[in-house]
Amino acid sequence: MTPLVEMRNICLRFGGNQALDNVSVNLYPGEVVGLLGHNGAGKSTLIKVLSGAYQADSGQIRVDGREVQIRSPQDAQALGIETIYQNLALADNLDAVANVFLGREKVRGIRLDEDFMELEARKTLDRLRVKIPSLRVPVAQMSGGQRQTVAIGRALYFKARCLIMDEPTAALGPEETAKVGELIKALKAEGVGIFLISHDLHDVFDLADRITVMKNGRVVGTVYTQDVSHDDVLGMIIGGVMPKNARPAQTPLPTG
Amino acid sequence: MQMHSATRARLDLISSLGVDVRVLTMLVVLAVVWVVFQILTLNQPGQFLSPQNLWNLSVQTAVVGIMVGGMVLVIVARQIDLSVGSVLGFTGMIMALIQTVPPLGWGGHWALALLAGLLLGALIGAFQGYWVAYWGVPAFVVTLAGLLIFRNATFIVASGRTIGPLDDNFKVLGGGLNGSIGEFWTWVVGLLVMVYIVYQALSNRSRRLKNGLPVRPLWAEVVVNGFLVLVVLAFVLVMNAFPYPGTNTPRGMPVPVLITLAVLFALNWVALNTRFGRYVFAIGGNPEAALLAGINVKRTLVAVFALMGVLAALAGAVQAARLNFVTNSMGNLLELDVIAAAVIGGTALSGGSGTIVGAALGALLMSSLRSGMVLMGLPTEWQNVVLGLVLLAAVIWNSVYLRNRR
Repeated sequence: MTPLVEMRNICLRFGGNQALDNVSVNLYPGEVVGLLGHNGAGKSTLIKVLSGAYQADSGQIRVDGREVQIRSPQDAQALGIETIYQNLALADNLDAVANVFLGREKVRGIRLDEDFMELEARKTLDRLRVKIPSLRVPVAQMSGGQRQTVAIGRALYFKARCLIMDEPTAALGPEETAKVGELIKALKAEGVGIFLISHDLHDVFDLADRITVMKNGRVVGTVYTQDVSHDDVLGMIIGGVMPKNARPAQTPLPTG
Repeated sequence: MQMHSATRARLDLISSLGVDVRVLTMLVVLAVVWVVFQILTLNQPGQFLSPQNLWNLSVQTAVVGIMVGGMVLVIVARQIDLSVGSVLGFTGMIMALIQTVPPLGWGGHWALALLAGLLLGALIGAFQGYWVAYWGVPAFVVTLAGLLIFRNATFIVASGRTIGPLDDNFKVLGGGLNGSIGEFWTWVVGLLVMVYIVYQALSNRSRRLKNGLPVRPLWAEVVVNGFLVLVVLAFVLVMNAFPYPGTNTPRGMPVPVLITLAVLFALNWVALNTRFGRYVFAIGGNPEAALLAGINVKRTLVAVFALMGVLAALAGAVQAARLNFVTNSMGNLLELDVIAAAVIGGTALSGGSGTIVGAALGALLMSSLRSGMVLMGLPTEWQNVVLGLVLLAAVIWNSVYLRNRR
């Protein structure tokens, strides 16, 4: 089985700071890989390389086994890689429809096809089962959960194969967090691969099949979630040590 | 937050009208100002609401009105353009130099002059936008430099002289004695606009209903579009009620007013219905989100400044045509009027929020206040104090509105 996305030996330096040092991770279809680490460990930087916001100094990115060049967010999107950022990356002053289609508006001639976009946005957001009464008010007026739904709806509508979620539940209450969890499981069942970045160990243990831990710009290791305890993972995050009895986890968990 | 039930009911009523609250406020304020000025000038020959004064008012609003829509887009994109008064002066001077007969000018065709002026405006705007977008130089600084450069370049290219008289055909742009489209064409334009309003309302509504999308209540549709049609009708009647001196021949709509309305209509359409307009608002709302969504932020910003430059040049043509002679101080400090009109019309200086319609009403409110105070014989100093206070009040109201909406 070929990985959906594979990042090999990625290096990136910001001035004197080695933000990413020979980082390798991979992701298979229908799998959730949790990315853990302290602030500044390099998780978000790594993700921005994959989503086209940054470019690596060296290293390879492969999608479906083929080497690709990702120079911009559009390049990533064209490969089916969609990102939901920590700060949600929504234009607060625009409505839900405009945000779902931002940068990829449907036009007729030069005129925006608002009806088409509103219908499609409504269909997509209904799939996510979070109630949004009006799609035509600025998203600034929506709750955290509704805004997260808009952000996910955006990725979903454009047929994401690889979804990158950066702290998807950080701004949400318990009920909405549970909803996002259900959503991730549903997407997984559809064969979408998900990189999940979170501070919340509980979330990660609940949702991730594998866990990759980063520290100081390097990968500490990748483990199967079922092999490790919270303490093991904390040891990886804080001490940078691999747990003794964990199997190497470069492929998805063997089923059965 | 607890709200009085009557207040809530009123808010529901307004929201089902589907009209921006700030635009609605502007309309109410404008109506109050007009009525107050009419009462204050009731006992003098030139009443505020006389056709003559309203006709003049429309011409006086034209120059700022042409530019204010562009300024809305600039400010919505979190930028500012302080150079528009100077660019207006400089492009106006170049247009005057091209068409004025030698030895003062070059004796070129007036249409060539106009075209060259508009092109020059676009280039100046794009040049300034380039430094803002690609080099990250704050727009405040770039356009402040532009203000200095082009104000003084105006002096330099004309060696400090006043250039004119301008070509008679060019002067039509200014709305002088030959600068109106006459009774018949005013009716034609007015009727076309009325038909467009009704057609637009009907087709939008039926299309949205067919697609199963929510529409505003029928009564709201009738109220809003009925109001618009009545405004157009009143406008046509007023424009046709002011005759040429010593005759009964109505002047009709002045050409600069026609230009202003066409520009504002086009900008409003672009802002609401095109990708470009959408991107300007997205950049103003969250520049990082715009970038991550794959929007070409830099190019969009250059385009916004270039558009502002073209509009400044067009306003320069109208102003020059109106004055017949271009001095090197033409358009001095006009940038402040344009920015003030945009802000009074509900454009938030923090970016991401504003409407072309509101700004147009802001420009109209400013020139109404000025015109009314002139009729009352108030000295210029006091006029400016009042305008300053109105600007302050508008900004305060605007920030209160934006805070409450969150």
